[in-house]
Amino acid sequence: MTVHQLIFIYFAIAMTGISLLVVTRRNPVHSVLFMLVLFVHIAALYLFLNAEFLAAVQIIVYAGAIMVLFLFVIMLLNLRREETEEKFHRQWPVSAGAVAVLAVFFIMIVSKIVVLPALGEYSIDAIRSEGSIMTVGKVLFTKYLLPFEIASIILLVAIIGAIVLAKKSTNS
Amino acid sequence: MPGTYIPWDYVPVMIVFAFAVMIGLGALVGGLLVRPRRPYAQKLAPYESGNPPVGEPRYKFSVKFYIVAMLFVVFDVEAVFMYPWAVAFDKLGMFGFIEMMLFIFILLVGYIYVWKKGAFVWE
Repeated sequence: MTVHQLIFIYFAIAMTGISLLVVTRRNPVHSVLFMLVLFVHIAALYLFLNAEFLAAVQIIVYAGAIMVLFLFVIMLLNLRREETEEKFHRQWPVSAGAVAVLAVFFIMIVSKIVVLPALGEYSIDAIRSEGSIMTVGKVLFTKYLLPFEIASIILLVAIIGAIVLAKKSTNS
Repeated sequence: MPGTYIPWDYVPVMIVFAFAVMIGLGALVGGLLVRPRRPYAQKLAPYESGNPPVGEPRYKFSVKFYIVAMLFVVFDVEAVFMYPWAVAFDKLGMFGFIEMMLFIFILLVGYIYVWKKGAFVWE
């Protein structure tokens, strides 16, 4: 067993375990904290895929900002324990069944597709010689110019949506 | 498949993470093993020699916090796009500058909208 496999096996097992903890905790705040641990593990997995920038974004945006949003939504709703138990905790046989079916399909699909795509021009050595963020910057702002600008429109929609939904109309 | 590439540069970071987890868990587990456990109702109260607690510990947050969090996420994502732009600035030149200004301008429209709607005013 090589170092690669050992590391990957650690992350695979840890991430599965943490995900199970996230969905089984009774206290939603505990779920959120375990999700934070999960996000850090995902960031490390991105590092092992030679995607340094994505790992940093995972920490900054997901662990930093999205988690705050999750916590605020939980505090906003602030369901009492009895309510959550009645609504969510009785559905686990259904969700377990759905997950089992999905897992079977997933394994079938993955076991069929074993052909890896041909390697592009951004090999590990090419990215390492130039720096990960430099490579991302050069590609993002030339080849993927339009998606980048569309991202700003999507963010604009998110801003307006949040204001329209959550802001009381007090035009003072 | 993940794991075919090992980021050796990040080994020190991972060691720091491992130490952080070890110190955090070590303090909790060490305390659990050493300390005596003789709980009684008064000791378990949040403020042992303070006011008796009144009402629920958690109360419903105002939706205003949600707006702040949502706006934080949006402008956080905007800032994230600036990192690769700043690093590759020399290579991109004027074209990249105009591109980024357009990006910032579109979000500035949103910022002005939010400002005019009074989302930053805490009534």
